[in-house]
Amino acid sequence: MKQKLEEIRANAARELAEASDSQALESLRVKYLGKKGEVTSILKQMGKLSPEERPVIGELANKVRAFIEDDLTKRAAELKAQATQKRLEEERLDVTLPGKHRELGVKHPLSIVLDEIKEIFVGMGFDIVEGPEVEYDYYNFEALNIPKDHPARDTQDTFYINENILLRTQTSPVQVRVMEKQKPPIRIISPGRVYRSDAVDATHSPLFHQIEGLVVDKGITFADLKGTLETFVKRLYGEDSVVRFRPHHFPFTEPSAEVDVQCFNCHGEGCRLCKGEGWIEILGCGMVHPKVLSNCGIDPEVYSGFALGMGLERVVMRRYNIDDLRLFYENDVRFLKQFG
Amino acid sequence: MRWLKEFVTLDEMPMRAFTEAITMSGSKVEGWEKEGSEIENVVVGQVLKLERHPDSDHLWICQIDVGAGEPLQIVTGAQNLQQNDFVPVALHNSMLPGGKKIKKGKLRGVESNGMLCSLGELGLTQHDFPNAIEDGIFVLGDDCDHTLGKPICEAIGFDDTKVEFEITSNRPDCFSVIGLAREAAATFDKELHLHTPVVKGGHGDCTPLLDVKIEEPDLCYIYSAKVVKNVRVKPSPRWMRERLRAMGVRPINNIVDITNYVMLEYGQPMHAFDLRYVDDATIRVRRAKAGETITTLDGVDRKLTEKQLVIADAHKPIAIAGVMGGEYSGIMDDTTTIVFESACFNGSSVRTTARDQGMRTDASARYEKGLDPNNCLPALERACELVEMLDAGDVMDGVIVDDHSSKERHRIHLDVDWINRFLDTNLSADEMKATLTKLDCQFDGDDILVPTFRPDLEHKADIAEEIVRFYGYNKVPGTSLNGGAQGKYTPRQKFLSKISDTMFALGASEIMTYSFISPKYYDKIRMPADSPLRKSIVISNPLGEDTSIMRTVALPSMLEVLSRNYNNRNEAAYLFELASEYIPTTEDKLPVEKATLVVGMYGNNADFFTVKGMAEQLLEKLSVTDYDIAASSEEYSYHPGRCAVLTIGGQRLGVIGEIHPEVAENYGIDERVYCFTLDVDMLFANAKTDKTYTPLPKFPAVTRDLALLCDDAIPVLDLEKAIVRGAGNLLEKIKLFDVYKGAQIEAGKKSVAFNIVLRSSDSTLTDEQTNRVMKKVMEELEKVGAVLRS
Repeated sequence: MKQKLEEIRANAARELAEASDSQALESLRVKYLGKKGEVTSILKQMGKLSPEERPVIGELANKVRAFIEDDLTKRAAELKAQATQKRLEEERLDVTLPGKHRELGVKHPLSIVLDEIKEIFVGMGFDIVEGPEVEYDYYNFEALNIPKDHPARDTQDTFYINENILLRTQTSPVQVRVMEKQKPPIRIISPGRVYRSDAVDATHSPLFHQIEGLVVDKGITFADLKGTLETFVKRLYGEDSVVRFRPHHFPFTEPSAEVDVQCFNCHGEGCRLCKGEGWIEILGCGMVHPKVLSNCGIDPEVYSGFALGMGLERVVMRRYNIDDLRLFYENDVRFLKQFG
Repeated sequence: MRWLKEFVTLDEMPMRAFTEAITMSGSKVEGWEKEGSEIENVVVGQVLKLERHPDSDHLWICQIDVGAGEPLQIVTGAQNLQQNDFVPVALHNSMLPGGKKIKKGKLRGVESNGMLCSLGELGLTQHDFPNAIEDGIFVLGDDCDHTLGKPICEAIGFDDTKVEFEITSNRPDCFSVIGLAREAAATFDKELHLHTPVVKGGHGDCTPLLDVKIEEPDLCYIYSAKVVKNVRVKPSPRWMRERLRAMGVRPINNIVDITNYVMLEYGQPMHAFDLRYVDDATIRVRRAKAGETITTLDGVDRKLTEKQLVIADAHKPIAIAGVMGGEYSGIMDDTTTIVFESACFNGSSVRTTARDQGMRTDASARYEKGLDPNNCLPALERACELVEMLDAGDVMDGVIVDDHSSKERHRIHLDVDWINRFLDTNLSADEMKATLTKLDCQFDGDDILVPTFRPDLEHKADIAEEIVRFYGYNKVPGTSLNGGAQGKYTPRQKFLSKISDTMFALGASEIMTYSFISPKYYDKIRMPADSPLRKSIVISNPLGEDTSIMRTVALPSMLEVLSRNYNNRNEAAYLFELASEYIPTTEDKLPVEKATLVVGMYGNNADFFTVKGMAEQLLEKLSVTDYDIAASSEEYSYHPGRCAVLTIGGQRLGVIGEIHPEVAENYGIDERVYCFTLDVDMLFANAKTDKTYTPLPKFPAVTRDLALLCDDAIPVLDLEKAIVRGAGNLLEKIKLFDVYKGAQIEAGKKSVAFNIVLRSSDSTLTDEQTNRVMKKVMEELEKVGAVLRS
């Protein structure tokens, strides 16, 4: 019996070494250690042995069993490692093949820059308000110190609905609406669509976007206007941008200014981009005209404020080097996907 | 610049410095250019000898003295030359306008060392030099410098510098050389030399010759006139022609040139007319009578209305006030006695008239901004002074005038402290006064007396602007706003951002479209003729039909963009717009501007369930859950069998569907197009914003599959609702996993298979419990007509 056990052990060791997969291992386990397995059947025959032999053979049988079990485990681990290795080798990919893309939508370039501008102003304590695009003549012109037949109306060719209702030519009417409703302190911007009867070409559109800004409080000064807009321009165009304020005229601000930023291309020398001027005009602004404050029921002796207005399209065109305004409203996906 | 420098002495400075400084004080320079700057190496020469070319019957061989070295031999084809003529000579390697280069060469074998130039070749016309001819060599007259070898531009005065200013509408006074000279003097702190016209006269009193009366003193503040007899019409002298040309005005003759010259110098439009054609020597400034007409100088017959102001004689209008004169009032060859008119009209009136007549003239452009009535008489005197200077006629004494204008200067208190606070400056009263004095303001104590040509100065804020623009906008410091205001986005603004962000994640890109459309677009989307949505806000003066009404639905704009992408051969387009729709209210009220989300797509195997899935995922993300969905065949723009309407509490939230094939065809899209629209404010109102935590399940779920058989017409949603009713609160999830029609299924029926997940939050479900629930589910399903498929 002892010899038999030694034989089993030798056979098991050999067969296990030859086993090539987990199935083979399992059948070997059954063959030797299963209920009817060779080691088990030896153990079953123990009863026939003499009491002297029993512990000796018993110990040996258990050793053989442990030996086989140990071999099984080792061999299983080996086989698993081999299988893993094989699988890894088989699964090698050409990782330079293109990835699978889930279609993502993109923001319109006008929205991208507008959102940036909004962030800058919100960061400076401004709220964002909206106003109607179809607007009363009163808010678009009269309350802004532009009475009927004022020459400034010439420069803003207006789409009229009827005598008193028009498509707003500027976002400035929102200033009036806000001042009528809200008492100072006021600190708002108002982006939106505006309309002028300009025929469509590369630089004109009957519809475009403006961003209006308004600050009204006690003691607001021209220096506050300058400081706020300088900060805005530097956040939008970079800390190293050079800004200048140039006198201009708007009927609803006094003093009024246009803000130029030094040409990024030529740094003020004059080049094609800035039409030789060295400066690029980016926005109009000024101290809110006392008549406008009075029109809105705000006492100009107590309060003062400043307003600003800028066109969005031109800023975006310069940012991305877009040379045709029409692209914004054509919405060709090949155009849109360039910015998102 | 020469004209400007007559009034203000500017030190020699580079043009760049001049334009920069005057731009920064408020007169923006749009551009500047030196006349004749394209001409190089062209000089004055004299014809010494003329000989016929031996091999040509029209060429001449000229020997030209250009003041240096040997005479130059130049061949010319012109026939107007004579010996001793002074001519412009383009030397070898010279340059003419338009980039034309001249080099020496041979003409029919004879050497030619340059070219003799015509007026045209120098970029000039006969208007600039009336004694020269157009089709021949420009022979320099006595009004040119004959110094041989002198650069031609200098010799003929074609070397002034032209500056173009942007004049803002509040500064009509700057539409004149004197106005700009005043700005320049203040900018560079120089003296302004104004000139008081001196008229000798001495040819009799003109006042009895004309009876002038203003009948509308609100529309005409002053009308003044002087008479010149024995008019001698001839070309103006070179200096005057030069200045007119530099200002872009074509010289005509001395009388016309004088009126233009005075207008440019003083900013005051002038009119000259023949006294013979003034019936009864009577001038009335009145409104036109109904039915009156006038033929204006441009030869157009014009109907006048009672709103329009005219200058009339006893019987008929002879000019449209401030806009244009009548044809018979002009200067003729046989004119002997003329009237110079200098008047001031109401700006709005001129503007309206010019607009209604469809003719804006140099005069109307000035008048409509509001001119200074006190400028009329000096301008009239100046015109007469020029008449005498140019020997254009005999100026009579006296002025015929009807004056209703105010001579009073507007008063503004100089509030030094307020201005310093307002600007954040620290200027003394004297510094402020010094600036204002340069602008012709006077003072009465601390009151500023504003000149009458500056009606724009009304308030102390206007004074602050005058002070700060000469102090320097950029010398004022920049300060930060005081007070810690909290900027924030409103919940609605955040909600809109969330819509956009979700759409991006769902693969749709944002578009922006025009808010105005053509009424035809409603036909294109099959909107019924009687639909109330056809009633749109109409633009009374549109650019064209395509942009003539404000859209009441944004769908056509989306389809337009999809169509454009399709035509541009883009394989697929998944787009959305947060669009406004403009719903009219009453005539005198503003429309409602309704925010709508419009989503549209084609390509990439999109189908109805792609678009529906997008809508469902968006609604889920926005936490809008309590909506109902039902099939609809009533949506005219959509496929009647592939369209669903979403509602909340019976109110329409939106539509999802495949675009009707006819609509797609109308837009030229040969593919299936899918869209959905949602009412943004309804979404916002129904979005659940407060969320609370639900504990994760502690007990296992039970899963059951149900294969059902029912009529094909029964919507799956009805089956789902029956399952929900039957399963009650133990239902965790229903998942549809198969819908099958065809073999083994009776015609008109379909098989629908669901996977149902049940779970209790407080125990493990027993088989018994589960079976009880499933039995109830089957009961509910049978009520709607579904049975278990055997």
